[in-house]
Amino acid sequence: MNEKPKIGVYVCHCGTNIAATVNVEEVAEFAGTLPDVTVSRNYSYMCSDPGQALISDDIKELGLNRVVVASCSPRMHEPTFRKSIDSADLNPFYLEMANIREQCSWVHADPIAATEKAKRIVEAAVVKARRLEALEQGEVDVEPACLIIGAGIAGIQAALDIGDAGFKVYLVEKSPTVGGHMAQLDKTFPTLDCSACILTPKMVDVANHPNIELLTYSQVEEISGYVGNFDVRVRKKSRFIDMDKCTGCGDCASACRLAGRIPNEFDEGIGMRGAAYLPFPQAVPAVYTIDKDRCLMLTKGKCGDSPKCKDACQADAIDFEIEDEVLDFKVGTIIVATGYDVFDARLKPEYAYGVYDNVVTALEFERLVNAAGPSEGKIVMLERGKKKKKKKDEEPEEPKHPKSIAFIQCVGSRDKSVGNEYCSRVCCMYTAKLAHLAIDKIPGVDVTVFYMDVRAFGKGFEEFYDRVRREGVKYIRGNPSEIFKHGDKLVVKAEDTLTSTPLEHEADMVVLSVGLVPRGDNREIIDMLKLSQSSDLFYMEAHPKLRPVDTATDGIYLAGVCQGPKDIPDAVSQAKGAAAAAMIPMASGKVKMEAQTAVVDEATCRGCGFCVEICPFSAIELVEVNRMGWPVKVASVNAALCKGCGSCVAGCLSGSIQQRSFKDNQILPQIKVLGVK
Amino acid sequence: MAEKTNSDFEPNIVAFLCNWCSYAGADLAGTSRIEYPPNVRIIRVMCSGRVNPLFIMNALQQGADGVLISGCYPGDCHYMQGNYYARRRFNLMRNFLEYLGVEPERVRMSWVSASDGIRWKEVIEEVTEGVKTVGPMDKFKRRQLNW
Repeated sequence: MNEKPKIGVYVCHCGTNIAATVNVEEVAEFAGTLPDVTVSRNYSYMCSDPGQALISDDIKELGLNRVVVASCSPRMHEPTFRKSIDSADLNPFYLEMANIREQCSWVHADPIAATEKAKRIVEAAVVKARRLEALEQGEVDVEPACLIIGAGIAGIQAALDIGDAGFKVYLVEKSPTVGGHMAQLDKTFPTLDCSACILTPKMVDVANHPNIELLTYSQVEEISGYVGNFDVRVRKKSRFIDMDKCTGCGDCASACRLAGRIPNEFDEGIGMRGAAYLPFPQAVPAVYTIDKDRCLMLTKGKCGDSPKCKDACQADAIDFEIEDEVLDFKVGTIIVATGYDVFDARLKPEYAYGVYDNVVTALEFERLVNAAGPSEGKIVMLERGKKKKKKKDEEPEEPKHPKSIAFIQCVGSRDKSVGNEYCSRVCCMYTAKLAHLAIDKIPGVDVTVFYMDVRAFGKGFEEFYDRVRREGVKYIRGNPSEIFKHGDKLVVKAEDTLTSTPLEHEADMVVLSVGLVPRGDNREIIDMLKLSQSSDLFYMEAHPKLRPVDTATDGIYLAGVCQGPKDIPDAVSQAKGAAAAAMIPMASGKVKMEAQTAVVDEATCRGCGFCVEICPFSAIELVEVNRMGWPVKVASVNAALCKGCGSCVAGCLSGSIQQRSFKDNQILPQIKVLGVK
Repeated sequence: MAEKTNSDFEPNIVAFLCNWCSYAGADLAGTSRIEYPPNVRIIRVMCSGRVNPLFIMNALQQGADGVLISGCYPGDCHYMQGNYYARRRFNLMRNFLEYLGVEPERVRMSWVSASDGIRWKEVIEEVTEGVKTVGPMDKFKRRQLNW
């Protein structure tokens, strides 16, 4: 557009958010004096309906062809205002935002300095707006398929919702079974419904769903592309058992020479398994796996005369030659539902976890309580690391039940000394639940909970907390300082801070209510998807209030605890939200492409190819053109691949490649304005 | 004109922030109402890789007392490698500027992530303090020529 710029400047009060610090009228008046500014107004809420109408009316009546909105961050409302000027038939890229809220009024207290800074920011936006160009946004088709990483309850729920809606789902799970942490739990708070009863039907559903391709024991290796068109590579690790032939009978597991000698991760290492194993009886798929790091045949190449599992398998499913399978497919959207780790209690050495056998984490206790767990639901005293006597006919010792159990809350949560400032949100209630189950299972047991604060904030939580107290669970307010052993007993040293009495409490078993922490292997996903982390190192959502399931990257969504600690209902809600968000582009079938891409001036490009080497997305190539009768090579940008970073622009020696909306002649005037005092 | 003393000298610093990490971090500082000195003026680019090293030179010529470039942490770049390009170019430029007699305190590069509101404030304070210690920049100022 070569017509003379006619700029409208709109300065927002944002209630008092801006106006309390920045003199909005003064800024608007100043903006009116700048060259090419036709109109300059201020209004209490520019983003409101009348505020947006102000802009579109001016565009129609005054013939504005550039708009500057001085308000909040463009990361907040740029899409809003682009839409509103688009509706007034002006190209949406004729908008420039001046961020005078997040980066001015909210961070400065001195009204004079803030107003001066706001003027500079507005002026810089005006000089850039003068040079803005109309851009066209192309559209691309969206692959109607979704990749979901992680098959815990969040991933499962999202997969079922999207599958039911009729879209293809690839559900990728790292471990041999779906279910995640929820499968390890016995009962769920506050309703005490059994975790397996509500989870396992869903696990079976995802395995049988016609639209869901379940890839267990698999890992996402590579993801490239953009919303609508992600290319995904998944490595399906070899189970060394033919999944089609395996009947899940378990003969291999009982035959394995290492049976009962390897700590089972699913049982938090309390239960034992062999090298051929099924993590738990209700695992989905019900297919056995051979642990390639432990199996004698696979590590040493020899397992007695012949591998016992192979001999035992009547279905002939075991094959040590099966190799990893690599699958490539395309999806339109991605949901990350990778879950969490529990806090490593060894990082709190004062609690002597790992020193004393019967200092256990809550998840270990959960396995003890669980009827499908290693002790078949009996709460027994543990004897860790003791080699099991090999002779089978020997009379097993009668397991002992603890007569007193102490719970310690906030282990690894709300604790700056281990770097976790946040509240894990589930520990108060799971402690109450486990306390209830202990009382239920061991008649006459003494249960004492040491707590900082009890946060019973959810639906039915307070009532449940009240109930367990009435059942006789003692709550002592005070964080223990030490656990030591006195004879057979564990002694918890603490101070009851409500009465300021130091005390030493004896217990047979101490349960540490460990918090939830980001997964140790989060980095893999971050590197692949370029996700941001919040300061607690969980994945960061695009907006804490209004975009809680989106990430900064279009087409990638978050569900479950990978975004931050939450209980099962919250994880399920978020999964349903993420599923709905992921279905939007898939249902509409089209997404807008990046418009602020690089563009080459063929007349000056000398075809050196520097930009080709710089481009991280291989979006630039050299092509031959005819320059006044001579064939010459010049750079050419594939707009579909260009993501608009501008790295090539800064690397171009002749300034021939430029990024739309961030051209040199758009940035340099900004520098000029901001550089001058 | 009397030379300004460092104590009442308020520097003017131009900052180039990438959209995904540092700009978002600066926004977060705002949302969290973390107060910091008003000396830094921000230019948003999509990626720190967009920052042509000559922009630094240009800003100093236009009268800025200092320049800050801030991007995503290494490995976190939204565009895979942009921040590495920025770092390499920045280091070359800074060495060159030092050779020309520009104090290294004037030109800074930092990593600020989208969750680093507090870090952003610290960076601003460090940069502002750093530029204050070396005083106003007048080496490159373009003077109007009288033909």
